[in-house]
Amino acid sequence: MTWALVWGVLSGCIMYGVPLLYATLGEVVGQRSGMVNLGLEGILLVGASVGFAVTAETANPLLGVAVAVLAGGVFNLLYAYLAITRRANQLASGLALMFLGIGLSALIGKAYIGKRIVGLARYQVPGLSELPWVTKTMFNYDVLVYISVPIAIIIWWMLFRTRWGLSLRAVGESPTAAYAAGRRVDLLRYQAQFLNGCLAGLAGVHLSLALAMAWTEGMAGGRGFIAVALVIFSRWHPLRAIAGALLFGGAVTLQLQLQAQGTGISPFLLNMIPYVLTLGVLVLWAGSRRSAAPGGLGRVYYGED
Amino acid sequence: MRSAWAGAAGGARRAWALAAVRYFLILVVALAAYAAVLLIAGKDPIKAYVDIVNITLGTSNGRSEVIVRMIPLLLTAIAVAFPSRLGLINVGGEGQLYMGAWLATWGAITFTSLPAGAFIPLLVVLGFVGGGSWAAIAGLLRAKGWINETISTLLMNYIAPLIVGFFVYGAWRAADSSSYPQSPAFPAAARLTRFGDTRIHLGLVLALLALAAYWFVVYKTEWGLKMRAIGGNPEAARRLGFRVGLTMVVVLFVAGGVAGLAGMAEVSALYGRLRAGFSPGYGFVGFMISWLAGGSPLGMLAMSFLLAVVFSGGSVLQITQGVPFAAVNVLMAIILFIVLVQPQFWRRRKT
Repeated sequence: MTWALVWGVLSGCIMYGVPLLYATLGEVVGQRSGMVNLGLEGILLVGASVGFAVTAETANPLLGVAVAVLAGGVFNLLYAYLAITRRANQLASGLALMFLGIGLSALIGKAYIGKRIVGLARYQVPGLSELPWVTKTMFNYDVLVYISVPIAIIIWWMLFRTRWGLSLRAVGESPTAAYAAGRRVDLLRYQAQFLNGCLAGLAGVHLSLALAMAWTEGMAGGRGFIAVALVIFSRWHPLRAIAGALLFGGAVTLQLQLQAQGTGISPFLLNMIPYVLTLGVLVLWAGSRRSAAPGGLGRVYYGED
Repeated sequence: MRSAWAGAAGGARRAWALAAVRYFLILVVALAAYAAVLLIAGKDPIKAYVDIVNITLGTSNGRSEVIVRMIPLLLTAIAVAFPSRLGLINVGGEGQLYMGAWLATWGAITFTSLPAGAFIPLLVVLGFVGGGSWAAIAGLLRAKGWINETISTLLMNYIAPLIVGFFVYGAWRAADSSSYPQSPAFPAAARLTRFGDTRIHLGLVLALLALAAYWFVVYKTEWGLKMRAIGGNPEAARRLGFRVGLTMVVVLFVAGGVAGLAGMAEVSALYGRLRAGFSPGYGFVGFMISWLAGGSPLGMLAMSFLLAVVFSGGSVLQITQGVPFAAVNVLMAIILFIVLVQPQFWRRRKT
């Protein structure tokens, strides 16, 4: 193990962990309102394709990010409409959103396959990146990486330190009780899902503008589902989601580094690492998670009329 | 008495007519919405639909290809509908399909000298066990209370194709096809029978048998009733002495087995080799079919036909208009949206 490998893995942890973190944070907010959204995969793809298309047309990656965030939020309102207003089954609504996202992103991205773009600019951390034993790749990231932990803290603050967060969590635990206490259940759930969509769009656009710098069909590769699993792993807590996302970013990086080093292990086996690790971690976590799950999670709220 | 009988028969006929009208309306609305999407994408929707109808339903070859597509869709739909009676949500049809194909391929390239009379039953068993064991893992995790089966089956969908890829690019890579990684060819005796000069194969019989068995078990046996009782209230069922955990594992094993048959039939009848990524997401569509039909056997038959047309149409549009194949997901999503929105013409009865 050389220092280069160590730094490579560490910085990869961060680069691959950040999109997972954004998607997980969004789903934490959503599930705290009592809703499981399996459509994340579709939102990631929409965010990635829209962000890439805007960047390719305008050569302005920040505009691409902004449009992708908005597109993710608006796109997820479709899920919200089905699962909140029409009181449809949440899992089926989520899968409908996933199908739509896969299809729409393929249509949007078709003209941009193989296009080259200038992705998000990278900034060095002054001071840290000049340390003698640090390689150039460490402390040299795009802006979405630097704001990820502050955003996690903001989400934590919103959920646990504001009136809005208290109401939202009350809705997630028991919509009926929250309604009786004067909370507007449907409105709060819409807000949570809009935020969820925005964050998933941000995750998607980080994939296409910073990680891959390209658009390929289905490039989210199941990250949407891993994020849903990470919510359980982080026990519905935004700050624990940071650790979870880093761990899984690390699994992906380790896999890529091992492939690059030519260890002779089949890439197919290495590609399984993130999924197997997710399942393994969920099993280890199994004993303690029941108490943490919002009480009303996954149930349709039929209103009080 | 007489009039009561007539009334009941008339009611049944009316329910049938209503169901037919529902399916028709949903199709019209979905096609109209998808036409708008095609227009925005700069394609000609009218020409697109004319092409689809002419090529898929207008030729005998096209019609038989629709039936070929229907086979894996119907099987994976049953794989979702059966455990849903127990309240289990199996989103893992795709992975189970791959594992059925994987184990069947192992049998086909290992016991090469078997006669067809023994080979086909062996492949059916291996396909079933391959998919079934994969799903039983999720069943076990759920029965132990460790991981919810929705999450585990979803994640395992991503592992199964990697296992297939590992073998196809590695130990099983055929020497005679260097350009395209795939397993050695199945012996002739290990190819499922095809009917006439079409590509329709024995898998159709398996699918229809599975559908009949599903109908019989769920609606006609005491066991089917017990499943619904356990699904309705697992805790009460447990206290009444039902072995809830064991039932979950067995039911998911059987469901995964049915999905495994789909994978086995695809590789044995159509390709005669195992290839990486051979399924265009049949398992996910199977979930949708089962959900759209509410688990009703005839509904699943109708819906799998409809989505087989959609799927074939996707390939047609890819060739004639350069629409990416993945765009069929938009049409499928629109159909699912319409049903989920539950407009006046589509009210599902509570089952």
